[in-house]
Amino acid sequence: MTDKTAGGDVRLAGISKHYGSFTAVHPLDLTIPQGSFFALLGASGCGKTTTLRMIAGLEEPSTGTVSLGDREVTQLPPYKRPVNTVFQSYALFPHLNIYENVAFGLRRRGIKSVKKQVEDMLELVELGQFAQRKPHQLSGGQQQRVAVARALINHPQVLLLDEPLGALDLKLRRQMQLELKRIQTEVGITFVHVTHDQEEAMTMADTVAVMNGGRVEQLGAPADLYENPKTTFVANFLGTSNLIEAEVLEAGAADVTVGSAGATLRLPAARCSTTPKAGGKLLVGVRPEKISLVHADEEDTVAAGRNKIRGTIAASSFIGVSTQFVIDSPVCPELEVYVQNIERDARLAPGAEVVLHWNPEHTFGLDAAQDIDAGIETVEEGA
Amino acid sequence: MRWLRRNLVVIAGLGTLAYMILPNLVVTVFSFNNPTGRFNYAWQEFSLDAWKDPCGVADMCGSLALSLQLALWATIGATVLGTAIAFALVRYRFRARGAVNSLIFLPMAMPEIVMAASLLALFLNMGIQLGFWTILIAHVMFCLSFVVAAVKARVLSMDPRLEEAARDLYAGPVQTFVRVTLPIAAPGIAAGALLSFALSFDDFIITNFNSGNTVTFPMFVWGSAQRGTPVQINVIGTAMFVIAVLVVLAGQMVGNRRKNAQPK
Repeated sequence: MTDKTAGGDVRLAGISKHYGSFTAVHPLDLTIPQGSFFALLGASGCGKTTTLRMIAGLEEPSTGTVSLGDREVTQLPPYKRPVNTVFQSYALFPHLNIYENVAFGLRRRGIKSVKKQVEDMLELVELGQFAQRKPHQLSGGQQQRVAVARALINHPQVLLLDEPLGALDLKLRRQMQLELKRIQTEVGITFVHVTHDQEEAMTMADTVAVMNGGRVEQLGAPADLYENPKTTFVANFLGTSNLIEAEVLEAGAADVTVGSAGATLRLPAARCSTTPKAGGKLLVGVRPEKISLVHADEEDTVAAGRNKIRGTIAASSFIGVSTQFVIDSPVCPELEVYVQNIERDARLAPGAEVVLHWNPEHTFGLDAAQDIDAGIETVEEGA
Repeated sequence: MRWLRRNLVVIAGLGTLAYMILPNLVVTVFSFNNPTGRFNYAWQEFSLDAWKDPCGVADMCGSLALSLQLALWATIGATVLGTAIAFALVRYRFRARGAVNSLIFLPMAMPEIVMAASLLALFLNMGIQLGFWTILIAHVMFCLSFVVAAVKARVLSMDPRLEEAARDLYAGPVQTFVRVTLPIAAPGIAAGALLSFALSFDDFIITNFNSGNTVTFPMFVWGSAQRGTPVQINVIGTAMFVIAVLVVLAGQMVGNRRKNAQPK
């Protein structure tokens, strides 16, 4: 992580993959800086695993090149690339014990004295006492750590992780996320992580590339992607977004004013992914946790200058730290609002008239020419 | 009544076991017989004569050696060829794949006597001298389908990612095959090989048609049964049975030890 020279960057240039007439990955340019934790996020079939396999050499790209630092490796077979993979099903060798599984890569490169390295590596993943066991005698989480150790021991330039936590239960997955992040910081190797779990991608990665239909929709730091989605797919796939169809009333240099079903909303021009024109359409988005909720009787307590919408509570569900409301409003039939359970207002029950309000700074604008529901169904499919 | 009902499965199991073991017991008991005539069908008195001189019958041990030799070579030939065919059928797409896939099992389904006669016709038409080599060719042929069946099942159930993982971990194509593919397919290959050995060793019909003047052990037993059965045949039979049981026991012990050897 300290070495920021371009020597170890992964560079994909115009890389694509076709199977017959089906295009799994459209021509793609991507640079993954050395030492970063990079996530490829998307639903199943979006091309993320194919992209990973092309970096590993397990899949030959139809066009384009793969480079590691200054070296082009497109034509190199996987066993000649300084890249190792942690497979989705771990793919531990069932006929070898844990020690031999971890030593496999070193032995194939003709290294004779592997004992010290294997023991150190098993210590790193806290599996020292399991060295003599066979893979099937370990739990899922332990097998996963063996798979990581088996790949890391070779000190690859890049470690590729193909949905490595997919087979684990939720609690173990959280634990392994932190573990992987710790190991990555410790060894400083570039990690490229493929996942369909947006939370996993956001908690672990420095940079996330959201993929959809064989293309990268948006690339950036997790917080940046979450706060400033550029497409409806990203807005819906990463977390939840309330998207409101609106008409642009006034497009100023700093502020944009839009109207929707009688409500007037403002947002910063800088947070629009397109250039809004007065009279044109715009999709206005706001995250559920940015919205505050008051009973209609207390509308006058809302500070001036905030975006306001009236509505009726259609449903509410109490989930401990917060309460999630679904609000039926003229601008949008199903607005989601998450309210922290600090002081609970007993009047906020289904059927109650309410006023939603939020800081205009927290509003983003998207091009209205796209599918407003993109990314919603795919989340369910992928999960 | 209730006791009977509760233990019915055990009783049925023991009954089946007895049904299978009984012939072997008879063979064993009669290997200690001292028959009066040429036939070893009636119990006379206990004797160790046959066990002390197992090769005392003319030509018998020669035929036994020949059978063992044939079984060994047929096993090697069928296992190597069958394994290669199984991998080709599972891993590669080629034009005649469908046809090979179904035709390879023909020898299993075809009556042996028909195969025997056809092979003889083939060998005679080609002008090949009948003997060791024609028997070997015939044995490799009918063992092949069993090896293919056993290995194919194993290769089909194998996760292709294991080989990808090997390639990813710096193993070239040869290393991947030797270090990962072969060890994982080994149980299937071993099953095919054992089956081949057993099938080849006791085959009579096909061998009898295609052997010319060569006499294998099953043929010797058949021939002698018409003129009188020496006790030594029972001795060889018992020995084979004991060896087979020992091999199975040893295999199970190794398996158990491997399981128990793991630290807790």
